[in-house]
Amino acid sequence: MILNWLLGRERGSAKTAKERLQFVLVHDRAGITPATIDAMKDDLIAAISRHVAIDSNAVEITLTKGRNTQRLVADIPLARQRSRT
Amino acid sequence: MTATVVTITSGKGGVGKTTTTANLATALAAADQRVVCIDADIGLRNLDVVLGLENRIVYDLVDVVEGRCKLRQAMIKDKRLSDLYLIPAAQTRDKTAVSPEDMVRVVDELRPKFDWIVIDSPAGIERGFRNALAPADIVLIVTNPEVSAVRDADRIIGMAEAEEKDEPKLILNRIRPDMVRRGQMLKAEDVLDVLAIELIGVVPEDEGVLMASNQGVPLALNNRSKAGRAFRDIAKRLMGDEVPMQDFESQDGLFGRLTRLVKAGGQAA
Repeated sequence: MILNWLLGRERGSAKTAKERLQFVLVHDRAGITPATIDAMKDDLIAAISRHVAIDSNAVEITLTKGRNTQRLVADIPLARQRSRT
Repeated sequence: MTATVVTITSGKGGVGKTTTTANLATALAAADQRVVCIDADIGLRNLDVVLGLENRIVYDLVDVVEGRCKLRQAMIKDKRLSDLYLIPAAQTRDKTAVSPEDMVRVVDELRPKFDWIVIDSPAGIERGFRNALAPADIVLIVTNPEVSAVRDADRIIGMAEAEEKDEPKLILNRIRPDMVRRGQMLKAEDVLDVLAIELIGVVPEDEGVLMASNQGVPLALNNRSKAGRAFRDIAKRLMGDEVPMQDFESQDGLFGRLTRLVKAGGQAA
């Protein structure tokens, strides 16, 4: 604890508060709840899996905020290829 | 002459709206402005006790709206300041007794006689809040450095925008400089970063606020109080004066000053 403090590594709760606020506000402003994101994720996985094998456990959808825009970003890793054809 | 209408609101309850209203109204009146404040929290009347005027109430806002008295009769004159008046909320009714149109009408009748009309909004985003917002020229949002309070402030900013009000200005209330320095409390910069509106004042946590409300004498009249000074500064900014923001975040005791001294020495070397 003291070592952390000396090394300036102490993580104040204010930092956590700010991150949580940013997360909550991005969702509040867009009117999209984390549950909606989960539902979209399930739909996306189902739709894409019909065409290509994906690693469904690693799919991530995040709502991000730019200066004037908000966007949904989907990160969809493909399933590991067994062999090249 | 026509008054500027300032609505003090927050979304979340308990962040200091009534304290802010009482202190800004008092500070403006102490600066020779003609001020009337209106308690728009119908059913939960409070501004009267913070101002120490609870014993003088005969008529209230709902009596005015329903035509049981003249506006003048519902205006309670402050004990200390000759140009400060209060129109109290009704205690036995609820928010639906007044409509946003009623508020605009009452405020328009007051405008020619005053420099400032300060409206204390109830918590929440329902009728009472809409009543307080309707006649506003300036919206001041009070928040605390706390996730829930800042989140509610963001909602209110969105609603003021939807009503086509000018962008609200922020009062960050109950800052504890010691906690900010330890990284355990959101600082003004963090809150502004998230809400992206203009800051009009930072008010430090001050036990004098409770003592003042115990006595019914607003803190803005107390020259030794830090929070009192912060409220007076906000009043000056409303009047158009350029008052630099007090720095509650780096100002600190002997240890902090020594640290800065050492740092400054290090840089110079």
